[in-house]
Amino acid sequence: MKKKKSLPGIVYIVICFLFLYLPIFVTMIFSFNSSKSLTKFSGFSLMWYQELFSDAEIMSAVYVSVTIALLSTVISTVLGTATAIGLSKNKKVIKELIININNIPIMNPDIVTAIGLMILFSSLKIEKGYMTMLLAHISFCTPYVITSVYPKVRSLDPNLANAAMDLGATPWQALYKVILPMIKDGIFAGVLLAFTMSFDDFVISYFVTGNGVKNISIIVYNMTKRTNPTINALSTIVILVIMVLLIIANVVPAVMKKRQKRGTEAEQTIREPA
Amino acid sequence: MKYYIKMVRPYMVWSVLMIVIPMLLIAAYSVTTGGNTLVNIQFTLENFAKFAEPIYVQVFAKSLRIGLITVGICLVLGYTLAYNICRFEERIQSSLILLVTIPMWINTLLRTYAWISILSDNGIINTFLQALGLEPVTMMYTNFAVIIGMVSDFLPFMVIPIHTSLSKIDKSLIEAAQDLGATPFQTFTKVIFKLSIPGVLNGVIVTFLLSISTFVIPKLLGGGQYTLIGNLIENQFISVGNWNFGSALSLILTAVILVAITLMRRLDQEDKEEEL
Amino acid sequence: MKNKIIELKNLTHNFGDQQVLKGINLNIYQNEFLTLLGPSGCGKTTTLRIIAGFEEPTGGEVLFNGIDVSKVPAYKREVNTVFQNYALFPFLNVHDNVAFGLKIKKVDEKFIDAKVSETLKLVGLEGFEDRDVTLLSGGQQQRVAIARALVNEPKVLLLDEPLGALDAKLRKEMQTELKKIQEEVGITFIFVTHDQEEALSMSDTVVVMNEGVIQQIGTPEDIYNEPENRFVAGFIGASNIIGDAIMREDCLVSFDGQDFECVDKGFKENEPVEVVIRPEDIELVKPKQGLIWGVVKSVVFKGVHYELVVETEYRDYLVQTTRQFETEDKVGLTFEPEGIHVMYPM
Repeated sequence: MKKKKSLPGIVYIVICFLFLYLPIFVTMIFSFNSSKSLTKFSGFSLMWYQELFSDAEIMSAVYVSVTIALLSTVISTVLGTATAIGLSKNKKVIKELIININNIPIMNPDIVTAIGLMILFSSLKIEKGYMTMLLAHISFCTPYVITSVYPKVRSLDPNLANAAMDLGATPWQALYKVILPMIKDGIFAGVLLAFTMSFDDFVISYFVTGNGVKNISIIVYNMTKRTNPTINALSTIVILVIMVLLIIANVVPAVMKKRQKRGTEAEQTIREPA
Repeated sequence: MKYYIKMVRPYMVWSVLMIVIPMLLIAAYSVTTGGNTLVNIQFTLENFAKFAEPIYVQVFAKSLRIGLITVGICLVLGYTLAYNICRFEERIQSSLILLVTIPMWINTLLRTYAWISILSDNGIINTFLQALGLEPVTMMYTNFAVIIGMVSDFLPFMVIPIHTSLSKIDKSLIEAAQDLGATPFQTFTKVIFKLSIPGVLNGVIVTFLLSISTFVIPKLLGGGQYTLIGNLIENQFISVGNWNFGSALSLILTAVILVAITLMRRLDQEDKEEEL
Repeated sequence: MKNKIIELKNLTHNFGDQQVLKGINLNIYQNEFLTLLGPSGCGKTTTLRIIAGFEEPTGGEVLFNGIDVSKVPAYKREVNTVFQNYALFPFLNVHDNVAFGLKIKKVDEKFIDAKVSETLKLVGLEGFEDRDVTLLSGGQQQRVAIARALVNEPKVLLLDEPLGALDAKLRKEMQTELKKIQEEVGITFIFVTHDQEEALSMSDTVVVMNEGVIQQIGTPEDIYNEPENRFVAGFIGASNIIGDAIMREDCLVSFDGQDFECVDKGFKENEPVEVVIRPEDIELVKPKQGLIWGVVKSVVFKGVHYELVVETEYRDYLVQTTRQFETEDKVGLTFEPEGIHVMYPM
């Protein structure tokens, strides 16, 4: 599907990107404003960054968001990867049942998933707070890990694990020496998805938290009435971190691949005449 | 090869506890009375009957209307964007698609929050208008603000699946159509658009799901009085405390989405049959 | 007799309610090149996978040096496999692929390096250690797969249609090469193929299988010259199979309304039998001089010879000849007593 690029086409793309990035740019610019205004830029200053780091409530929200995202990513990646690997070996009935259940949180609106978990925790008399938030995050991240890992597992040649065992590897060794390296792209995609889903989440966290445990999204939601550029400073840091992570995630593998290929090619041309 | 088969067991237990049981609990709450304690529970369909009251029907109709408008705008903007991105060489295409994805990874609340300072009465747009000597326009707390917020938030979810199916189209099919005498417009309507329908349906389903259930964007950009079905559900659980009615509303929302997905899928299949 | 290394006793295997092995009995000896030959779905690959330990048989025993191993997992067996699509680990280079088994066994690094180089040399890939396996040609990948298995010094090497993915010329080369490697390392090779030519040209013993049953076990010459039944005769090569022959007495068989002299003995008098006459065993002569006469129906040039279909009173015969004929030529067919192979009907 390729035709000549047209100037209107390029202009259109630029306008769309402006629309998508406008809120991001505005956030960043006003984080450096020297006044409290979010509409008039009166001069460059880092005061909101200083304010940010001295605001205990925001700092504790950052701590909650980051630790919940890290823990739920690790746990849901392990749980989801194990499930995806096991799934391919199970009977069709079990496979379809699990995949269908797994699709419920993906197809359901977040708010329905959230109130379901909220009712569950209160029915089990679990005190709402950090723990319930973590459990809920694992619960909605794992399905995404499974959906990104399972296709990789399914396209795996079953003889690769057989070959490893044929060469003396125990099933456990075959798993981490052959299967995991083969599906690492899927796992990596799952990690990225789980982390951002968790880090971004507002709806589910909002319904299942309690006892004053708040993540960044909840702070922003509560703050809207008293506008405050500290949140812009925080957003700017978050945006930059996420952009850097995304660029690393997208660029590093591509560069590595290119380098690897170039390396072997060079080697081969050197060796070929001999 | 029976190894690894047991690795699904932890998740089987987990998914029943954390996915199936919560859904059953919502269903149970929706057909009972007796508050949030499950002590003196009684079966009732009152919660669903309550939904028929005009005030709730209005909220529902408004949600549906705003949702469909958002989906429509996303479809037109998103398709055009995906189509134009597809005209570039592959390397540039993947960079452009990365640029479309980046906002998706950035907190929805933070982005919506930024729209407030752009759209508010003395916000960036109005400051700009006044500088040009024009009358300021009220945009905050209107349908317009809510729709702008939703479109900017959900547009990437439309662009990506459409781009995926457009980029998968075999170039020789387009050449074949041209070879057979189709004009560029005919090539688009009769070949390219038809082949991109799976991506369009995917994008429509996801943006519809997101826009009909959101309660953050209407609350931030529509104001406290702006009520869509998501806000209604939030209120039942957070401020009103009527979990039974809230559960019934959630079930209705889930049902609407299920119906929409089924309709969309059927549309896709009918289309395929037609082609056969 | 040589030492038995593997013994399959009454092996059966089911996939769901489908029985794919119906009682396989087979002895495999040390230093033997044994081929399991048959059409797809005959159970040859399943038999191999059971020997490797990837499948547990539904019934019967697998004996290694007299000990039943049918419940022993693959990673504890002293056999190694060369897979159909090689199953090389794409994320490891040639050296690391070959070293995989030795590293699992935690052998000394220096020994591994030496052993890997030695084995790569054996398969003709000297100096390929650092190459990316995904960038190798099919033939080179094949050699890596062989080296990866052989480096562990297995007692038995299992090969599952290893030449299937190669083009015709490379296949021929690899056949010779494999035979050479087997002689050099002096271990048992169990080779699975559906290509009868491959089986006949490489093996010490050929096992012909069909529908989960062994049809015949023998040397390539036995299998070719004395097929035990119609299936073997048909599978081993294009043949004229006469289904309605009668054995008059020892060395005399009757078909096409005549009695013919043959070399087969031990059948009952007037026992119904089947007869195979190979196309290359039939000679074309003048109509009057033949045992049977007929008309040439079609002529196909095959390179080395022509393949003719000759219509006679009772049936069509397939004949190979180096002489040129035209369709509608009248010809006589003649064959030696040794050219007639008498078999029991199926």
